[in-house]
Amino acid sequence: MSGMGAAASIEARPRRRSVFQARRIVPWLLPAATLIIWQIGAETGWITMRTLPPPLSILTAAISLSKTGELERQVLISCQRAALGFLIGGGLGFGLGLLNGLSRPAELTLDTSLQMLRNVPHLAIIPMVILWFGIGESAKLFLVALGVFFPIYLNTFHGVRMVEKSLIEMGRIYHLGSWAMFWRVILPGAMPSILIGVRYGLGITWLTLIVAETISSSSGIGYMTMNAREFLETDVVLLGVLIYALLGKLADMATRWLEHRLLAWHHNFQSGAEA
Amino acid sequence: MHGFDTFAFQPPDSGQSERKGGGGPSVAISGSGTHLTLRSVSKGFGGRTVLKPLDLAIEAGSFVSIVGRSGGGKSTMLRLISGLTAPDTGAILHNGEALAGIAPRTTMMFQDARLLPWQRVLSNVGIARGPGWEQRSLEALRAVGLDDRAREWPAVLSGGQKQRVALARALVARPHLLLLDEPLGALDALTRGEMQRLIERLWLGQGFTAILVTHDVAEAVALSDRVLLLQDGTIALDLTIDLPRPRRRTASEVIGLESKILDLLLT
Repeated sequence: MSGMGAAASIEARPRRRSVFQARRIVPWLLPAATLIIWQIGAETGWITMRTLPPPLSILTAAISLSKTGELERQVLISCQRAALGFLIGGGLGFGLGLLNGLSRPAELTLDTSLQMLRNVPHLAIIPMVILWFGIGESAKLFLVALGVFFPIYLNTFHGVRMVEKSLIEMGRIYHLGSWAMFWRVILPGAMPSILIGVRYGLGITWLTLIVAETISSSSGIGYMTMNAREFLETDVVLLGVLIYALLGKLADMATRWLEHRLLAWHHNFQSGAEA
Repeated sequence: MHGFDTFAFQPPDSGQSERKGGGGPSVAISGSGTHLTLRSVSKGFGGRTVLKPLDLAIEAGSFVSIVGRSGGGKSTMLRLISGLTAPDTGAILHNGEALAGIAPRTTMMFQDARLLPWQRVLSNVGIARGPGWEQRSLEALRAVGLDDRAREWPAVLSGGQKQRVALARALVARPHLLLLDEPLGALDALTRGEMQRLIERLWLGQGFTAILVTHDVAEAVALSDRVLLLQDGTIALDLTIDLPRPRRRTASEVIGLESKILDLLLT
């Protein structure tokens, strides 16, 4: 950004480029080596097919499942559940976090009750949820929403409360109305904390969904793996696990992208600006 | 503290009495300063009296400094005048009107710049928005010599630059009263001297009333028409400084007044 930074990067360019390339390659060395050893181990009979099918047979399972459209269908259903549950729980958590963060009377009325509910592990009420909703869509959405609600609620609430009082005072001196104060001072000030909540929430989304789909479901990735277990199709089970890992990773990347966009001002993202 | 010895931005002027008539070449005196009256204003926190009932009048367009020890009520007085804090007793009048809420046409600089880190420099200056804010903010940035940094994040600026942005923000709304709560306390001597000259120049040009809270007696004497010494919640000294501007810090009158105030402060 600054002139000094530009000068420094010109001098350091050759070294920096090779470092940059190494940084892209090195993290993938270990996973690649693992895959190769795993494949060789399976082919030499060192690892039995029943315990751990080799990577190539998981790939074959994926191809044959997607030929029938089965794989896409199950992945899509799981993704829809994750997105909808996240939006409902996250939306409510965000809304209530803002409300309680901005209004003392609301905090006084609601926060204690919410804190009590928070201490119930949401997966512990699965039997309850099945009694209430059966094994339909609403049961899974309810569980995901419940799991996502608390991290986003807590982080929004604390984010709003942690906005520096000195900045609010400055806004008052400049006669900012409540709307301008919210948009220009409070919400951006709370945003780093809110995004931490979003990240936690996404992790909980997938975790909850895995458990919910495994215990009670007639569709989705969790159902697919449980069904495969019945027929001892270990490759499909492993495929399900890998897809969950991949989706979790994608969700995490989406949050990082969001952080880059919304927190561009944050010093962590200003590479070289202060160097 | 002695990184400079003159205030040489403005052509020599023969002092406060002629300020309103004269001024520099590009200077438009609007005579739009707030006249301030404090009527038996007092304030305490948690049973401890910070300001004893206090009467004070500050002339429109004047530059008044408040000096005194820490905890003497300097900042409290400034916050009362701004409307950020409400007095326990008494009334504060801006141009004869009793204050309710945040003071009108009043801006304030704090010890820290208090820029919004998530807004660019230009948006920080134009925080109050309003029609044509971008153009006006850019002009204010030009006045403090930072118009080339308008698109930067505040985080990349130095401490002195941040305070200059805060000064631009304070001036963009054309205030009638500028409150300065030790805005230069954290700056190095050289930057501090530059800022003092800048503030004096802009004050001479715009005609607002300025009230500066400072620990630095020399700064107070060099800049003000009047110095108030606040001690144990009362005004222990009210000194009019009738010296021509720009003032040389090394001039014997300046040093004489400085040591007079310091003597009182240290006893």
